[in-house]
Amino acid sequence: MKKIYLSLIVLLSSVMVLTGCERPAFQKAQNGFRGTAMVDIQNPRINADKAKLNEAPPSLGAASASGDKASKVYQNVKVLGNLSQAQFTTFMVSMTNWVAPTEGCAYCHNPANFAEDTKYTKIVSRRMIQMTQKINVDWKDHVQGTGVTCYTCHRGNNIPQNVWFKDNPQNATGTALGNRNGQNQAAESVGYSSLTYEPYSKYLLASNAARIQGKDGLPNGNKHSLQETEDVYGLMMHFSKSLGVNCTYCHNSRAFSDWSQSTPQRSQAWHGIQMVKDINNTYMNPLTGVFPPHRLGKEGDVAKANCLTCHQGVNKPLYGKSMIADYPFLAEGNPLTVVADKKVAAK
Amino acid sequence: MDYQNLFTQTQVIGPENHGAPINPYDQRERTKGIGFNYLLGKLGNAQLGPIYLGRLGVASLIFGALAFFIIGFNMLAQVNWSPIQFARQLFWLSLDAPSPKYGLRLAPLSEGGWWNICGLFLTISILLWWMRTYRRAKALGMGTHVAWAFAAAIWLFLVLGLFRPVLMGSWSEAVPFGIFSHLDWTAALSIRYGNLFYNPFHMLSIFFLYGSVLLFGMHGATILAVGRYGGEREIEQIVDRGTASERAALFWRWTMGFNATMESIHRWAWWFAVLCPISGGIGILLTGTYVDNWYVWAMHHGMVPSYPVTNIVDPSIATPPFTPTMEGVK
Repeated sequence: MKKIYLSLIVLLSSVMVLTGCERPAFQKAQNGFRGTAMVDIQNPRINADKAKLNEAPPSLGAASASGDKASKVYQNVKVLGNLSQAQFTTFMVSMTNWVAPTEGCAYCHNPANFAEDTKYTKIVSRRMIQMTQKINVDWKDHVQGTGVTCYTCHRGNNIPQNVWFKDNPQNATGTALGNRNGQNQAAESVGYSSLTYEPYSKYLLASNAARIQGKDGLPNGNKHSLQETEDVYGLMMHFSKSLGVNCTYCHNSRAFSDWSQSTPQRSQAWHGIQMVKDINNTYMNPLTGVFPPHRLGKEGDVAKANCLTCHQGVNKPLYGKSMIADYPFLAEGNPLTVVADKKVAAK
Repeated sequence: MDYQNLFTQTQVIGPENHGAPINPYDQRERTKGIGFNYLLGKLGNAQLGPIYLGRLGVASLIFGALAFFIIGFNMLAQVNWSPIQFARQLFWLSLDAPSPKYGLRLAPLSEGGWWNICGLFLTISILLWWMRTYRRAKALGMGTHVAWAFAAAIWLFLVLGLFRPVLMGSWSEAVPFGIFSHLDWTAALSIRYGNLFYNPFHMLSIFFLYGSVLLFGMHGATILAVGRYGGEREIEQIVDRGTASERAALFWRWTMGFNATMESIHRWAWWFAVLCPISGGIGILLTGTYVDNWYVWAMHHGMVPSYPVTNIVDPSIATPPFTPTMEGVK
């Protein structure tokens, strides 16, 4: 009898201890000098779950670029006027599939008059097309030749599933108790650690270098605090979760800040931070007034992008499959000179 | 009753043992009630009490309870006073130190002021408890080894929460009161100051930590192994070397050519134990005050070899970081 109780206790406690673990075996790939523990560890079972989400839709082939221009055929075409009619209509159908598969054309257009700009969704999507072009043309340091389309983020949803809003400040003033200091919450964004769970405002909206280590051995004016370190740490947890990789995918963990020991991916990630700041400041923030209140966050701010918005758990969104060949106009044009929508500017 | 251990099959419960009388005052401060507990007897002595509380003990408990409740109520307030959420999120909740802008001043209560007060109370409580261990050892005519070993741990505690923050000029450098938050603090301290593994005093501290474990394992195993010859009666074995002691000593001479003595093994263990927090405390005290980046410092002094470089350069040298110019940004 005693032995049964004992084995029950052992069984229960082993269940308690092991629930947080992932079952082996893992796939391991060395990505740094031997002995530095620079190994990319992947779990095939978890990856199998991610695979469906990150499957690119089947290619429909590029539409013919010849024929009348869209600007000539349709009214009020402000961004994609240079496209052929075939390209334009194909792209509109694809966009519907990517962003509003259930709502259809009427999600953005007035079915009675497609040219009308009455729906906010149309204003937003026009700006998002400009953003996509900007990313593909000016942020090649991050997206390379693979590029992005609406589908990279939207994946069949009106709003990409992974966006972020500002955190509402917790009892910052007034009461004496209950301030969580922006930390200490079981937040998925930082892998359930007690680190800063909303590091995005600081590093993906405002321009703050996520750098806290000094270059000199002895104190030489490096004043970065431990709390700032936890902010950066929180951001790095977000990177890790978003890409499904560990620290050593980019860093040699013995000297996190040392570029000469880092992998090429770290440089690409740095450009990614700059790109996301551009997305959030140049494209998302100015759209705040265009969105209806129910699309805004608790602080009245617009939905914004972070790494997870595109990456969705894998190191290369859609496993690096490029959809640009079918939509070459998304990687063309000179988006810097594209006139910003006047309605947006007015609001 | 006097020689029970984990492997004693039968539990003999004798008459209550009140211990040596010292003086009338001491007798008054001891609790009168003595209990016996079968399960306690499985782990150690079945007798519970007498407990000596005394003025120092009472004062220490009061300050300790104040600190405990300040932490607890801060955590409870963070979950809107919900006991269920308190239990669910307990490991994440934390009473954090003030932010750097307050330096060494008392921060507003909602922004770390409670941490200041709690830290003061906890420090007072621990120091009073130390005095208690010292005074009780003196009262029993013992040496004060326990008190000084405890002092070694208090040294590390004070370095983390008082000495180093004062030298750095900011309470924000100190450890938060929370389960996960203090672990995150540990990782953050190492990252901020360039990898604590390259701190030689951290190395020494780990050496003494693992050394303590090794010595504890060797000593515990040796005594249990000669328990059948009365080996756990160590004091008698010191005074009058018996067959248990002889066998134990011979075992280690056979296996490694050298043996500690019944006395010296305890000095070995004591010094390893106290040197762990002492060297660790020195390492923490130097972090940020004397060395800002332990990795760079260690490489400068040729402590470890370099690895081949990957030839990646900081991209911000060639490309300026994106700086927002539009509204809505701090």
